[in-house]
Amino acid sequence: MARTADAPFAFIGCSELQESIAHQADDEKELAELIEDLPLDSIHFHTHSYFLRHGLIEGTYPNDFAQWVVTQIGDHVLGERLAILDPFDYPDLENLREELISIIDDHLSRSPIIPRVVFGQPFHFKRSRILEVPIGLEARTLQDFRDIVTDIDVSTIYYHMFEAHFRLRRAENDFSAWMRTSLGLTNLAERIRSINPYQGSLERLRSKLISACDEFLTGESAKG
Amino acid sequence: MHSALDEYREVSPKGTVDFLYRLSDLVQGKSFLHLNAVRYGGGMSEVLRRLVPMMVSLGVEARWEVLAGSQEYFVVITRMLNALQGRDDKLTDDMYQTYANVMERNAKALKLEADMVMVHDHQPAGLVEYRTNGCWLWRCHLDLAQPQRPAWAFLRRYVLKYDAAIFSLSGFAQRLPIPKFLIYPSIDPLSPKNRDMSRSEIAQVLDRLGIPRVKPVLLQVARFDRFKDPLGAIHTYRLVKRHHDCQLVLAGAGVMHDPEGEAVLRELQEAGARDPDIHVIQLPPEADLEINALQRSATVVLQKSVKEGFGLTVSEAMWKGKPVVGSTAGGIAAQIVDGVTGYVVHSVEGAAFRIRHLLNNPGLMNRMGAMAREHVRRNFLITRQLGDYLTLLKLLPAT
Repeated sequence: MARTADAPFAFIGCSELQESIAHQADDEKELAELIEDLPLDSIHFHTHSYFLRHGLIEGTYPNDFAQWVVTQIGDHVLGERLAILDPFDYPDLENLREELISIIDDHLSRSPIIPRVVFGQPFHFKRSRILEVPIGLEARTLQDFRDIVTDIDVSTIYYHMFEAHFRLRRAENDFSAWMRTSLGLTNLAERIRSINPYQGSLERLRSKLISACDEFLTGESAKG
Repeated sequence: MHSALDEYREVSPKGTVDFLYRLSDLVQGKSFLHLNAVRYGGGMSEVLRRLVPMMVSLGVEARWEVLAGSQEYFVVITRMLNALQGRDDKLTDDMYQTYANVMERNAKALKLEADMVMVHDHQPAGLVEYRTNGCWLWRCHLDLAQPQRPAWAFLRRYVLKYDAAIFSLSGFAQRLPIPKFLIYPSIDPLSPKNRDMSRSEIAQVLDRLGIPRVKPVLLQVARFDRFKDPLGAIHTYRLVKRHHDCQLVLAGAGVMHDPEGEAVLRELQEAGARDPDIHVIQLPPEADLEINALQRSATVVLQKSVKEGFGLTVSEAMWKGKPVVGSTAGGIAAQIVDGVTGYVVHSVEGAAFRIRHLLNNPGLMNRMGAMAREHVRRNFLITRQLGDYLTLLKLLPAT
């Protein structure tokens, strides 16, 4: 008999408005200075919303800073150092900001010049305004959850996996929290919690969630 | 109940249509007025023709009003357009007065009340002087990166009276003390220009245009304008031709009453006269099916522009599963995921090198084309733009 949750999981999608903020960087020193000064919302935009804008197709670099230093300045070394940065390793955006600055400062301290844009475009800082949209779907069992995740808009996966943890500062992503507290599935919750959402597109993340649910459900059904 | 939006279930990303229904629940009964200068012609009108009925079907009281102007006014706004895009076109005080008079007349004739009023481009921008209620947004589709100062100073006085401005790219914007949002334009996948076509339909169009179907086609669809660098496209083709027996199609709207366009067309025709594999095609206005067929029959699509607006022909070609080799001008690079859906290039040689690479690797070309279509599905379809506008309506308060 499938476990029924104490409280259903109510899915929420999101819609993002991109807002330009009046700062731009023309060289790597300016980039570091602005990363230091600008609101965390902007750091979030350039390191997280990237995934919302690349729901299926992954670009070469997984955040806007790395993409810019490579394509517009032509500094492949810094681009690669910023690309390997994994936001999942940092407890919050402030720590992520510190790491970004530290990487750029370290790179500049070894460089005889400050690499800057010559033919390319400056880095335009942005932030996003996120609108939460309840999509009217609720899961009471793991099977419900799995079926709904299969068909929902990817913004819903983004909201519960990225927004919940980093911007709304919840202790873990919403999916694992519900599985732990409402379904009592501690092992599965831990598996979902440990999925690194930064390793691939949102569609890949959807596949990982479905696989985790399927494996658990198959195991349960084998137990009888 | 079936609505205009349901037709997009098959073409938009999974879950998108249902998400838009839920998003529209948040703005039921609100009113949204679009204002622009023309009902027909241009990508903006093309999208509004579809977008407004979709908003209505979702319970938003959407309207679209078009400005009425005199012959004199249309001369003024054309000059203003050129000056805003950096060309050396002067405007006189009388011209500014003509503009202001047309605004005043239209303000009396049009019903400007709505929860959200979106004013498209410079032509009706001055109507903001007569705003009453609601949130007023200036939607700028132009590249304002390097405008002539007097023209921008004139327009800026109006722009400052809006609650926010919306640009297609950060690089198109000027410094403004009001909030600036960024929204990509979009294509309508069900319009005649982008809908599916059968092989026989495509063949008929190609036969009519006199394009043989035996050699790979390199295609550039663009106005006959130096900014689109059609001569660069010919140089690119010649470098490719040394290694691959291909043909080049340059297709653009007619150049009647456009002396510069006529000159460019003559040069292209002269360049093509000695090579039967170069086809220079003048298309009639709104030749949507012809463009659709050309893009579908292309092997590789080229967009070699040196100055460009957003350049939605790139997304149109990508939607048809074609890899695009494009320059960095305007919004071209924003549409291509370099090395995944096509290539961003910086020179004639770069374009030729990438096209040769694609022609040598048909498997890669197919994979890139498939990725290109998916990228457009998620980022440049009208359903995404509809979501953006509904979000604006919910998030931005009326003042």
